[in-house]
Amino acid sequence: MLERANTNAGALHGCYGGLLLRYPTDHPVIPWGSTTVLCLPLAVASLQKPEIRLESLKEDIKEFFKISGWEKKLQNAVYSELNVYPLPSHPAAPPEHLKEPLVYMRKAQGSWEKRILKSLNSMCTELSIPLARKRPVGQQKELLNKWNEMGTDEPDLSLFRPVYAPKDFLEVLINLRNPNYENGDSLSFRTHLGLIQVPLKVKDIPDLKECFIELGLNTGQLGIDDSTQVPPELFENEHVRIGQKVLAEQDSAAAQQYIRQGSPTALRAELWALILNISSQPEDILYYEQLKANVIQHDLLVDSLIYKDVKLTASNDDYYFVFEDYLYQVLLCFSRDTSVLGHFAYNSASPPKSYIRGKLGLEEYAVFYPPNDWLGVDHFFKAWPGVIPFHGFSMYVAPLCFLYHEPYKLYQTFREMYVRFFFRLHSISSHPSGIVSLCLLFETLLQTYLPQLFYHLREIGAQPLRISFKWMVRAFSGYLATDQLLLLWDRILGYNSLEILAVLAAAVFAFRAVNLMEVTSLAAAEAVLADLSTLKVMPLLQIFLFATIT
Amino acid sequence: MNTLMDVLRNRPGWVEVKDEGEWDFYWCDVSWLRENFDHTYMDDHVRISHFRNHYELTHKNYMVKNLKRFRRQLEREAGKLEAAKCDFFPKTFEMPCEYHLFVEEFRKHPGITWIMKPVARSQGKGIFLFRRLKDIMDWRKDTRSSDDQKDELPVENYVAQRYIENPYLIGGRKFDLRVYVLVTSYLPLRAWLYRDGFTRFSNTRFTLSSIDDQYVHLTNVAVQKTSPDYHPKKGCKWMLQRFRQYLASKHGPQVVEALFSDMDNIFIKSLQSVQKVIISDKHCFELYGYDILIDQDLKPWLLEVNASPSLTASSPEDYELKTCLLEDTLHVVDMEARLTGKEKRVGGFDLMWNDGPVSREEGAPDLPGMGNFVTNTHLGCVNDRKNQLQQLFHSLQTQKKASS
Repeated sequence: MLERANTNAGALHGCYGGLLLRYPTDHPVIPWGSTTVLCLPLAVASLQKPEIRLESLKEDIKEFFKISGWEKKLQNAVYSELNVYPLPSHPAAPPEHLKEPLVYMRKAQGSWEKRILKSLNSMCTELSIPLARKRPVGQQKELLNKWNEMGTDEPDLSLFRPVYAPKDFLEVLINLRNPNYENGDSLSFRTHLGLIQVPLKVKDIPDLKECFIELGLNTGQLGIDDSTQVPPELFENEHVRIGQKVLAEQDSAAAQQYIRQGSPTALRAELWALILNISSQPEDILYYEQLKANVIQHDLLVDSLIYKDVKLTASNDDYYFVFEDYLYQVLLCFSRDTSVLGHFAYNSASPPKSYIRGKLGLEEYAVFYPPNDWLGVDHFFKAWPGVIPFHGFSMYVAPLCFLYHEPYKLYQTFREMYVRFFFRLHSISSHPSGIVSLCLLFETLLQTYLPQLFYHLREIGAQPLRISFKWMVRAFSGYLATDQLLLLWDRILGYNSLEILAVLAAAVFAFRAVNLMEVTSLAAAEAVLADLSTLKVMPLLQIFLFATIT
Repeated sequence: MNTLMDVLRNRPGWVEVKDEGEWDFYWCDVSWLRENFDHTYMDDHVRISHFRNHYELTHKNYMVKNLKRFRRQLEREAGKLEAAKCDFFPKTFEMPCEYHLFVEEFRKHPGITWIMKPVARSQGKGIFLFRRLKDIMDWRKDTRSSDDQKDELPVENYVAQRYIENPYLIGGRKFDLRVYVLVTSYLPLRAWLYRDGFTRFSNTRFTLSSIDDQYVHLTNVAVQKTSPDYHPKKGCKWMLQRFRQYLASKHGPQVVEALFSDMDNIFIKSLQSVQKVIISDKHCFELYGYDILIDQDLKPWLLEVNASPSLTASSPEDYELKTCLLEDTLHVVDMEARLTGKEKRVGGFDLMWNDGPVSREEGAPDLPGMGNFVTNTHLGCVNDRKNQLQQLFHSLQTQKKASS
């Protein structure tokens, strides 16, 4: 129970040792009927009353919570946990089952990981570079001096190549099969024409309409109802006022509900921090500084991959090139963050354990990489270096630079976004927000509502998923204009789901259907869909979901 | 990527004239102007793209003289507070004639950085930074000796200007803003502000420790292009809309409004300061490129005004911006005589000053500052010029039909 309380709950971190209390199950703050052990600040002990009376302790504490604002913080922390962790499950279920209930998915993820690891290890051997090594003191000093301008470094990265690109991952997903499912029927109108051939349940438009009800035609939206032709009195002014109120109340759940209609530019940074339950406590800053110290002291192979990725993608982007230095400051620390391992508890991916040489198989000698201590770092680990960046990974961070400017804040936000959402985009699972489900959702929407287009594209050898996959894997970062991207990510946070990415991908195809019907090759189809920077996201989504005749 | 030729050639009903032919419209060089304007006869309808003595505004030494004079006048007429609104130009001294005044100021603030700029050159040529008088001693010796040979070598005028040491940085980089202002007459003063513009980033991170590295400090694209770090794909430019959004998300909309309102003040005051000096010939109009630097306190500073802002495009986006800018300039100049003269907006241009401040449409909320109303400027805002032009010309057409 204590572990549960310690993760993700910034509010609960502010404890200075103190009373341990069991919280009553029927308290309205916590909606579900389970008990939680809480740490309370010692300050509680010094309530206004000169002596603490046991009979009134419960009431006194409740009162204290309300006055001091801790009640809100606890609520936010609990709400945040509800969003992140899976629902309570059967007590007899083994931990792998919690991560990913379907065996074939687990197996597929396992072999994909092995492949990546093999590729990484062979890169190490080829280039004779260890996975990790301690930096000599001179280099450490140099790096520390250059910390704010690492982008000026031009290391020779020509020998490094990204470990994999989204299209490699797509090939793996295309070959996923459920061994228990045999579709012996001959081809019929029901046959799925797309690339994904696993039977996962996905929503159709009526379901999506219900789910995304706040995007409907009768509800005001930022991204639509704040355009220049619409007088701000109709929607925008009131919406901004409500946003300010939500921020004043510091209520996570309210913020999440509010942001479904989009966030005003000026309030976005704070709203996201509230929803992700990020507070800038001194210990958070300290944590970031520790990671930074780690970066200075040790050089990881993954660092070079990160450098290469940033140089290839974000630095070449017309809008994100300015933030190059911030990207290094975030990503280099991220690859050393052991708390990210915590998210693997609900991710089907697992950090392969490495065993200290000679003790293979003995659990006590298993080491997770990045290791908690760096004693063994000079050894050549055959280990899983945390999250391996693929080509385009740095684009997850780039849009956030628009909102946050202190590196530790930027870092916290990115880490939260990663463990809540982004990791699902490059691991194999059956989760409704996992990339497999998103691909299937995209293809099903297209086939059901734009069958002629789908059939035509398939005939000319341009399977739609081959084009839209890269958009979804990057959550459209780098493809949409930044202001549109942020409006889209508002909704991801608001609905706590990535399904909107698949819906948008389908909406884009629907929008350009006329041109697509005229193309005769994959290359031509790619050309029609090459430039998304002029698209307005919210009208596209609204039309596709609510204004198309189904 | 010659935007000007493309726009002129594509304009319906316009024909290019070669050499000695008669012309109704000339987008000329300043050098041609200097040599020919005085003895060229122009009919009433003829338009030319420069004012005869534009250098009163666009040469740094003249500009600072005019601004100082205007400031003194304002102080006499309206008091210190009003005059302080002219303090958007860093302290500048003409060289070599104001050298002694400069030394006095220099000694008052030891250790600060100064920048020496040639009066009339552009694209960052001839600029250098210095902190010690020693650095310019040698330079001064050179100019003194060339004084004696005045007849053979033209003396180039320089200005020494206080260098702004705390620029606002984005991603650790210094930047400046390029804004376009169109003036169609000085007496009375009519000026239009274009909604689009761009932010030019320096390619390297800002630091005061390397004042010899001109790549760090100068943000002209021309200089940046020669930097070893420069990758043409990067472009190092942001559109102003992007910049405005970035600031709004960081500082909130009110702060951004205040900043842009301060910039409006710069445009108007700078034009007012030369209003009485510039020969306001009805044939002339001029498209100025203003260079603005923002410091960390979000105060805008005027670096300079360009009479011939670069019209070559460095990227497809840039090409789009400049062609639309030129098209709209021609719409405002209105050789086709379509406009009534009462328009407040033409395409991407908003009428900023019409012998007095111009208010936005009725019903807009008031802001403190320029009297009782909000100025009609939308720098960095949405530029839906195509729609606006369509509606404008359509309604003008119907008006014409109705009245004929």
